[in-house]
Amino acid sequence: MTVTDAPAIRFRGRSYFALTLTPEAPLGAWLGRLDACLLRSPGFFGASPLILDFEGLALSRGEALELVGELTRRGLRILGLEGAAADWDDGGLPPRLAAGRDVPARDAREAPANDAASRDISSSDSDARQESQKGSQHVSRAPVPLILDAPVRSGQSIVNPDGDVIVIGPVGSGAEIVAAGSIHVYGALRGRAMAGAYGDESARIFCRRLEAELIAINGLYQTADDIEARLRAKPAQIRLADGAMRVTPFE
Amino acid sequence: MAKVVVVTSGKGGVGKTTTTAALGAALAQAGEKVVVVDFDVGLRNLDLVMGAERRVVFDLINVARGEANLSQALIRDRRVDTLYLLAASQTRDKDALTEEGVAQVIADLRTRFDWVICDSPAGIERGATLAMRFADMAVVVANPEVSSVRDSDRIIGLLDSKTVKAESGERMEKYLLLTRYDAARAARGDMLSVADVLDILSIPLIGIVPESKDVLRASNMGAPVSIGHQASPAAAAYLEAARRLAGGPSALAAPIAERKSLFGRIFARRAA
Repeated sequence: MTVTDAPAIRFRGRSYFALTLTPEAPLGAWLGRLDACLLRSPGFFGASPLILDFEGLALSRGEALELVGELTRRGLRILGLEGAAADWDDGGLPPRLAAGRDVPARDAREAPANDAASRDISSSDSDARQESQKGSQHVSRAPVPLILDAPVRSGQSIVNPDGDVIVIGPVGSGAEIVAAGSIHVYGALRGRAMAGAYGDESARIFCRRLEAELIAINGLYQTADDIEARLRAKPAQIRLADGAMRVTPFE
Repeated sequence: MAKVVVVTSGKGGVGKTTTTAALGAALAQAGEKVVVVDFDVGLRNLDLVMGAERRVVFDLINVARGEANLSQALIRDRRVDTLYLLAASQTRDKDALTEEGVAQVIADLRTRFDWVICDSPAGIERGATLAMRFADMAVVVANPEVSSVRDSDRIIGLLDSKTVKAESGERMEKYLLLTRYDAARAARGDMLSVADVLDILSIPLIGIVPESKDVLRASNMGAPVSIGHQASPAAAAYLEAARRLAGGPSALAAPIAERKSLFGRIFARRAA
């Protein structure tokens, strides 16, 4: 069989959402905090692959290898490295990645609109979204809210990578809401709510009755045990303030 | 116009089979023509609760596969002559059921009966999804405890997405039947209260069946509690639930509020 007879090899561009883990110096203490995290919620990362962000860490190649080893031992699967020094060869380390993008909404607010380099690799539909945001002058954080008129039942997973999720009704125990923007629940929140899930620290969670199993904003999370008892079963607002999660009663 | 009802719960052991038999018998006693269908292939029980275990020749699988016709497989109850049973096969497993086969059987049953009541197996796998697939309405059976209620919530999600009715954009009617309810234990906080369960599941309630020894006794005797133990509070609850089911949603709202306040008074008395 000649080469020309063989079917062509197909290459396709495809984009995925991935969680990014950002280690902080000193690494020993950071690993300690990670262990505490994993101990409380062993399944938190599940089987999802992670990107390690080395930006601003100034690690040597040996230290990076050691860190990747530590994480692998904890069952975390590292898909790639961001912010790694360009002169490292990849031997033994996950591949280097560049030009990863946070949620489009955040880009629109923080990055100048003529950021052509990063837009070249973005998919066509998010290009279109950025265009429309530019057109509407001040950019809102929720380009496409998802509004649900029925209760979210146990086992259902509602994901809106483009903006807010608004639920008119309760969110059952064992249900999950993931939003790029904020989450509003006009009913009891008994399941998991992850707002700002693609990197937005200004996202918030509102609910009429806080009985959540887990709440998270921009990757910071609290489980039911972490939430003060006096705040439970009451209307609440959850947001980030100075890098910490703040749950306040919502009158 | 026949109504196909699925009796489902997610969790096992909450009273689906008991409920299927009791509701079926209650409707039949009111003169409706009823068939109860066991979908728990491989672990059939409805034949025992109906007291027909010695009379099963052909079953749901035989009919679904065209190995027997419906008339051969339907077993007529000896006490109420408008009540029939279509048993499950004990020697097969759930994979023996195909969607096409079930669709055909349900369509045939619709032409012969006023009510087709499908007893779902526990779980959310093939048997359970096929039992609910062609239903017009669902009776969700729950016990007043958290695991049962959460499983019911899961099942309600499936009823709203995986049934033919939901897929064609229609609203699936769903009613809650609370079983094994013990007012004293709920008042002490050992069990969820009716209000708690309704708050979580937010579907209309058609009955509260009190915890009762009569239910177990009836099952062991092979008589649906609504036939064998008519004086029992459990039987009364099932007869009332059947009346509400047949009466349509408009009959539900008011009596439930009364019922809740009645329970409120019982709580207050027992707690004092």
